[in-house]
Amino acid sequence: MDPLVRLIGVSKSFGGTTALQPTDLDFAPGLTTALIGPSGCGKSTLLRLVLALLRPDSGKVLFDGAEVTEANAEAVRRRVGYVIQEGGLFPHLTARANVLLMSRHLGRPEQEMARRLEELCVLSQFPRAGLDRYPAELSGGQRQRVSLMRALMLSPEVLLLDEPLGALDPLVRSALQRDLKEIFARLRQTTLLVTHDMGEAAYLADEIVLMNEGRIVQRGSAADFRDHPATEFVSEFINAQRGATF
Amino acid sequence: MKTGILLLALIATSTLAAEPVVVGSKKFTESYVLGGIARTVLERAGFTVQERAGMGGTIILWQALSDGQIDVYPEYTGTIGEEILRTKERLSADEMRAALKKLGVGMSADLGFNNTYALVMRRAEAERLGIQTISDLRQHPDLKVGLTHEFLDRQDGWRPLAAAYGLTMTNVSGIDHAIGYAALVRGSIQIKDAYSTDAKIQENDLVVLRDDRHFFPEYKAVFLYRQNLHPRAVAALNHFGGIDEAKMISLNAAAERSKDYAYAASLYFHPANSHAAPRRELWTNLARWTGRHLELAGISLLLSVLIGLPLGIVASRGGPVGQIILAIVGMIQTIPSLALLALLVPVPFLGISATTAIVALFLYGLLPIVRNTATGLQEIPAALRDSATALGLESGARLRKIYLPLASRTILAGIKTSAVINIGTATLAALIGAGGLGEPILSGLNLNDHATILEGAIPAALLALLVQGLFDLLDRFLIPRGLRL
Repeated sequence: MDPLVRLIGVSKSFGGTTALQPTDLDFAPGLTTALIGPSGCGKSTLLRLVLALLRPDSGKVLFDGAEVTEANAEAVRRRVGYVIQEGGLFPHLTARANVLLMSRHLGRPEQEMARRLEELCVLSQFPRAGLDRYPAELSGGQRQRVSLMRALMLSPEVLLLDEPLGALDPLVRSALQRDLKEIFARLRQTTLLVTHDMGEAAYLADEIVLMNEGRIVQRGSAADFRDHPATEFVSEFINAQRGATF
Repeated sequence: MKTGILLLALIATSTLAAEPVVVGSKKFTESYVLGGIARTVLERAGFTVQERAGMGGTIILWQALSDGQIDVYPEYTGTIGEEILRTKERLSADEMRAALKKLGVGMSADLGFNNTYALVMRRAEAERLGIQTISDLRQHPDLKVGLTHEFLDRQDGWRPLAAAYGLTMTNVSGIDHAIGYAALVRGSIQIKDAYSTDAKIQENDLVVLRDDRHFFPEYKAVFLYRQNLHPRAVAALNHFGGIDEAKMISLNAAAERSKDYAYAASLYFHPANSHAAPRRELWTNLARWTGRHLELAGISLLLSVLIGLPLGIVASRGGPVGQIILAIVGMIQTIPSLALLALLVPVPFLGISATTAIVALFLYGLLPIVRNTATGLQEIPAALRDSATALGLESGARLRKIYLPLASRTILAGIKTSAVINIGTATLAALIGAGGLGEPILSGLNLNDHATILEGAIPAALLALLVQGLFDLLDRFLIPRGLRL
């Protein structure tokens, strides 16, 4: 099967600083890929390039075989779900309004929306009573669940998660990790997860892509990283993640 | 036959009535009263008259007459020579008429009084010292003189006057006009400058010293009118009977006492009803002023919002266009509000009107709205912008559904600032005859009457507070609940 998202020679720099060296990458359909690496390694930039939130300096991003351009960016974004670290929920809208924002904008039938919302509440284990609360009235973990529901509302073909658990305390985080794993297993959806935590990557992802200084250093399963680190940097990075269980 | 004449007269009056004659006046007591007299004179001659009282100073009235916004206004020969024709020579009435004719303006016969500079003293003291003329002052170099600062400095003021008459007083000081009268009455000064038809002359039993060497230029009152004014109207203005100095002084005094210019003007025609000085209907006037004030401030605010919001949205995107927008609206704000009004008066289609006031207020109200809209939008965190974009909302929908609601608190604060500034600045609209609560403030300043000033100032201040409160209330409805948690 052809990959849904493919990067061909994509690079990006900001001012004089190179954020991403020319990079080729594709994501296996139906699998969860973790992009991992230290801060500033280019993993978030890569994600933003896929969403056309940034335009590549060189190379191209293909979505479902077609190059992502200014013209089709909106259509592509509607086939992609996106969750960021702080959730990115709109504070002036209730949880429900956040989740339904896009489907309401597209004029989807009420019944269909209600059914989908019901499914998502169950899937992400979000209490229905919380739907009428505003983001400021929800806990950090609940906000991330709502954000995930919003990303999944239009049944996207690809799910992008940019450090979705980064801002949560350890207990909530581990609970959400468990739930996310279950969700990924249930959805069997092409998912791209950005994280800086090797343990989280190993726990949630089928494949791990380690990046450093704007380029891909190693790609493989958690076992590959443990048994055959490609470079000195890979061993250091893995060893630095104390208590990583893989 | 009789019915035929009646019919003709009816037709004549109805054609006259078709086009109203607009009478203007300057914003000081005597001009208001003369405007009122001209109104009645013209109405009695069968014309429909529209009065635009207290429009401003000489330049504004002359401009309005030249543009055809008004047809008639009272003026003084000295002013016509110095400020309108700008000549240093002393022109005769006929020379003046000829010069004005070239400008398309006619000048009526002299109304019968001369409102020039004068020196005044207490009557009792003048009689005791035997002083009747300015020349008589030479015998009394020890008298204390208190002069307005303007008169002290003018080219035709104190120094040349003293030189012309050989006056040698050394005790000469500068003092405010109104305070000077009080000082004169108390005796702390003995001689003061005045306008020869000042109401205070009669009120305080003062005498005007005769200018026996004709030092002061003549300021004879006349009506200036457009040359296309109906000949019957011109005839009426020329032959209504005139006003002498004593009469004018008493009418000015009545105007200042009653604070009702129309009433004072009516005394010219019916001196008998001088007891019936009506106390104006304060509440009716207040309602009229406030209504007009709200109209001026409201329409201009609406325009500021309609134009300022889109400008603010464009400015929020930065770049050269955004910077230019912010620079221009910022620059407008640095123009003093009074100067902005004055600058707009010569603009075609604006002139002396409420429209000018609304345009000035609109321009003034732009900056807080544009700047707050731009700032509010720029302050939206990048994560929220990315989220809105990543959802696949088009840019219009992002603005409408996400960005504007998120910036609503800042934008509303800008609108509120604009509204409060507008309420205050709208009081200046009265300067160009646009009405509002500035009207009593201005006439109060002219009459040196604090009560009248407060009739405008207090409601204006209350209105500003009310508007502030109203907007605080509006915040609850317009700022989404989620942002107030």
